[in-house]
Amino acid sequence: MVALPGVDPSWSAYIDVPSTSGADAPGSTHRWHYLDNGSDIGPVDRPGGGSYDTPGGEPSVRGTLLCVHGNPTWSYLWRSFLAAGREAGWRVIAVDQLDMGYSDRTGVFRRLAHRITDLEDFVAAVGITGPVVTVGHDWGGVVSLGYADRNRDDLAGVILTNTAIHQDPARPIPAPLRLALAPGVHGLGTRTTSAFLDVTLALARPGLDRDVRHAFRAPHRSPADRQGIANFVSDIPAEPSHPSYAALTATAEGIRSLDVPVLMMWGPHDPIFSDTYLEDLAVRLPHADIHRFESAGHLVQEDAAAASTAMDWLAARSVGAGAPAGNGPSRTAAPYVPLGRRIGELANGPEGSTTAVAEMSAAGPPRTLSWRELDDDVAAVAAGLTALGYGPGSRVSLLVPPGVDLTVLIYACLRIGAVIVVADAGLGARGLSRAVRGSAPDVVIGVERALLAARAFGWPGRRISSAPLSAARRKALRVEASLNDLRAARPGTDSPNPDAESDAAILFTSGSTGPAKGVVYTHRQLSAMRDAVERTLGLGPGAALVAGFAPFALLGPALGATSVTPAMDVTAPRTLTARALADAADAIGATVVFASPAALRNVLATSSGLGSTGKRALARITLMLSAGAPIPVPLLEAVQDLVPAATLHTPYGMTESLLVADIDLDGIRAAAASGAQGAGNGVCVGLPVHGTHVAVSPLDGTGAATGEPGTTPGVTGEILVDAPHVKDRYFRLWRTQQDAARTLPWHRTGDVGHFDAEGRLWVEGRLGHVVTSAAGVLTPVGLEQALETVDGVRLAAVVGVGPAGTQAVVAVLETEEAGRRPRLAGSSLAAAARTAARARGVDLAAVITVPTLPVDVRHNAKIDRARVAAWSGRFLSGGRTGSL
Amino acid sequence: MTVLVTGASGMLGRAVAQHLVAEGRDVRCFQRRPSGVAGAQDVLGSVEDQAAVAAAVRGCAAVIHLAAKVSFTGAAAEFDSINVGGTRRLLDAAQEAGVTDVVHVSSPSVAHDGTSLVGAPAGPAEPGHARGDYARTKAAAELLALARSTPAFRVAAVRPHIVWGPGDTQLVERVMDRARRGRLPLLDGGTALIDTTYVDNAASAIAACLRRIDAAQGQALVITNGEPRPIAELLAGICRAGGVEPPAWSVPGAVARGAGALIERAWLASGRTQEPPMTRFLAEQLSTAHWFDQRRTRTVLDWEPSVGIDEGFERLARHYSHRA
Repeated sequence: MVALPGVDPSWSAYIDVPSTSGADAPGSTHRWHYLDNGSDIGPVDRPGGGSYDTPGGEPSVRGTLLCVHGNPTWSYLWRSFLAAGREAGWRVIAVDQLDMGYSDRTGVFRRLAHRITDLEDFVAAVGITGPVVTVGHDWGGVVSLGYADRNRDDLAGVILTNTAIHQDPARPIPAPLRLALAPGVHGLGTRTTSAFLDVTLALARPGLDRDVRHAFRAPHRSPADRQGIANFVSDIPAEPSHPSYAALTATAEGIRSLDVPVLMMWGPHDPIFSDTYLEDLAVRLPHADIHRFESAGHLVQEDAAAASTAMDWLAARSVGAGAPAGNGPSRTAAPYVPLGRRIGELANGPEGSTTAVAEMSAAGPPRTLSWRELDDDVAAVAAGLTALGYGPGSRVSLLVPPGVDLTVLIYACLRIGAVIVVADAGLGARGLSRAVRGSAPDVVIGVERALLAARAFGWPGRRISSAPLSAARRKALRVEASLNDLRAARPGTDSPNPDAESDAAILFTSGSTGPAKGVVYTHRQLSAMRDAVERTLGLGPGAALVAGFAPFALLGPALGATSVTPAMDVTAPRTLTARALADAADAIGATVVFASPAALRNVLATSSGLGSTGKRALARITLMLSAGAPIPVPLLEAVQDLVPAATLHTPYGMTESLLVADIDLDGIRAAAASGAQGAGNGVCVGLPVHGTHVAVSPLDGTGAATGEPGTTPGVTGEILVDAPHVKDRYFRLWRTQQDAARTLPWHRTGDVGHFDAEGRLWVEGRLGHVVTSAAGVLTPVGLEQALETVDGVRLAAVVGVGPAGTQAVVAVLETEEAGRRPRLAGSSLAAAARTAARARGVDLAAVITVPTLPVDVRHNAKIDRARVAAWSGRFLSGGRTGSL
Repeated sequence: MTVLVTGASGMLGRAVAQHLVAEGRDVRCFQRRPSGVAGAQDVLGSVEDQAAVAAAVRGCAAVIHLAAKVSFTGAAAEFDSINVGGTRRLLDAAQEAGVTDVVHVSSPSVAHDGTSLVGAPAGPAEPGHARGDYARTKAAAELLALARSTPAFRVAAVRPHIVWGPGDTQLVERVMDRARRGRLPLLDGGTALIDTTYVDNAASAIAACLRRIDAAQGQALVITNGEPRPIAELLAGICRAGGVEPPAWSVPGAVARGAGALIERAWLASGRTQEPPMTRFLAEQLSTAHWFDQRRTRTVLDWEPSVGIDEGFERLARHYSHRA
């Protein structure tokens, strides 16, 4: 093998391997090429046994990763694993399968069964002893699983990347493979020309460097060299009559009993091995850890940090010799009362005929259900879902706007142990599609618009419509039932309460800080969320609340409170008008309002439309809650005028922990005036709520949160939370979860802030938005607040440009008089901004004005500072820059 | 112990000499014209004259070498003789005379290939990649100087970036003059961030380098105010200080770079010796970001700039209002 980028020449090795494969004549021997980092990592295993302990007692080698490439790649694909393994103490052996790479061209058609035997022959010849972790990609994933299934004695783990083990005979194979197999195309595309090879290499995201592409092609230059590529494609068992179908099925069934740790790393942008195949594997190996690298594709090894993730996972799962036992202290847990318990209690009590849920509509009277009706409806829908085959663990994607139907569906799913998947339409079509697809739902239940999107984007899962549809429509949208059909199903046996530790919900984050992440809650944690809201805000039976903010909307019935959804477009909170809010409040005699800051802004803007009834309804409100984004005090004060009898609370939380801290308007004023040590520089979010522990992990000079968790006043760090209602994990984001939970029992929020001497928490921004200038680490929020007091400034973003540790601090201001194009601020505004910054010890390198700053869709308030920073970097480095 | 300052008739050289005098050092200045530095001894001569150089360093313990041909134009051989040859002659003579410490004043352009510099480290001097004769010969001179550094003969290089101040004819007065005649465009809106050095800061940094020669020897350190600003703000600040209306028109940087190259060639071909109105180098300087990571400089020199950029503009304004 010639020298290639990323490959240490000493890794390249050849070995003559006697074949026991049925494909070969007895006594055949083939020369294999493989990459092996064994000589890099000290004393390796000795053929014929013996210990690989060093004199110090610590095993020098944790074990061996046996890496198997697919088609049309070769061992070069695994070079990052060899390098990472060298650092982590793993011997990594990556083979070139026969007829591929630099291994022999055998001249024989090798089918799947032969290839599994081939791998066993290779391992026997090389003499691997000790723990083995198989690692596979593409068709190599199948071969490696076949090996793992049959060689369990030394098997310590399994790692899979974009592969498939089962082809549903009822479904066609992916279109690109159908094409590659088509008569007339197959030989031409795979062997005669390098088309199949070229197309595969072109799947890398971002594209491969020229020399890397060259390296992948190197051993497959001539048609003869490419015979293996052609044969691999022919060996895809597209239907049960195929000669390799039996071998594939044997492995696919066999692995169901694998009990070693499994990691699946996936690039979802793969035209072949889509999420459908990942889901199939996840069902066969339910204990597997999964990480989907959201932006990666088929060649996930090239696109993402797969190798380092694999090494981290091996350590975290204690795979291999000499691994320390993992796991720190576990999170705080709470006693468990099922989330829907109160619905049944109230239904069967004296309040059974009072309103439980109401839904306002722009046209016509509100739709309401009493507690008894709600309980019956939940039971009916639960039975309908059961009749359709859904039950514990089924993932049900709910694309229904907040209201009666959504409430019924949520509690019906929870009752049967199905996992609700809730993603916000505010993510936009692409973001929503990415979220739904990534959550691999068994069924999508949605309004017609959602079902149209499901068809357009090809979302997985069966379909149920929330509203009745015409027969033609049902057929077109593949809808097998409507919500009313579910209600009409014969009630079956009542399912027992689901296990408290099993998954209950996957709630998607807003996506304001990168692609939306699925956040998994168990039943126990969801119930704890209800208890935290009840205890913190004093909400329980008898309360009547307007649910204008989605995450809290689902909790109304759980709290035993009457809840109403106002008439508004939920995808845009700012469409809530004062009139709609007042009508909703009036309909149930509400005393409590939940609304997002964006909704409140619009309520204020439309308050002149309020009649006297509406004003009276709002005057009855005693508690107003707004969460999701910081709310400036002037806005709160204006809201107070609308709801004069209410205390205004602005609880702090996130999708991963809906309640962390809480404060009211008086508390905010008191905090601002307190002069306590550490008060200031951020948004005060108050004291941690009951049962919730909060700490900060101090930042180091590079802006990384590496410090020991603590609560010292004035010390800025990443905010950490531990509470019974903190999420269980992220969905199919093993690495992200590992990072967020690396200091158990804490969940790392990714927000930065500090405590003051009176125990209040002040939020200073996102960890990823911390600016590291030569003068030190700077968090954005405090300075932004100061800049927003400068005349003419509506909204400010403070970002860093340039290399970490020596960044230039830049203020990007949305001003009342900004023109249509971004520009440098005029001299008087720049001077005023610099003076404000200097008062805080910050030198602003540049002050830029823009017509609008990018904010998140859900709250219309959280600035996308990462985008602002990247844009500012271009704007300030010369040359042409588009608008922000 | 006497310190020799070469090139003390220029703005920075004079400021360095004055700074050292104020520190109470014995200062000798060496250049072709009188330096006018009160309290310093003047020796007149050229760095191209070996005997004059030898006479100048005699009896000195330290040398600060600023003398150079600073220009966008001129014959290549002249740059070589003054910037490379001059440095070699001076180092030879200094070693011969028993000088122990040398601060060689270089330029960030020695490591600059024309692309944006964003929070950049000093980078190695590369004569082969330098833009123009000035940068090429300064790069060669810096390599030559640092290669001489030993514990017994300590040489450090400092690279002040865009030094400006009252009386500066290189940048300040040229900017004012062009703006006055309406010939100062902004390139691409003047948004590129540029770090500059107020002259007093450059002088104190050079003095600090002499003081900290133990830590600095063998190294090249970029010196700036550490206050990058958009070029439009810098030009506006300079113009306002001179009572001139700041430029308000902008041309695309790519156009200016292309035009600069053309003008430069035509100008030189016509045999003129003054600076051309626009050069490719100048157009690059005015349209790409140039700012530096100052952390190593400040640690090694144990130095902070004492005059902030806004204070610098105020001093500039006072200077030009007195003159008006």
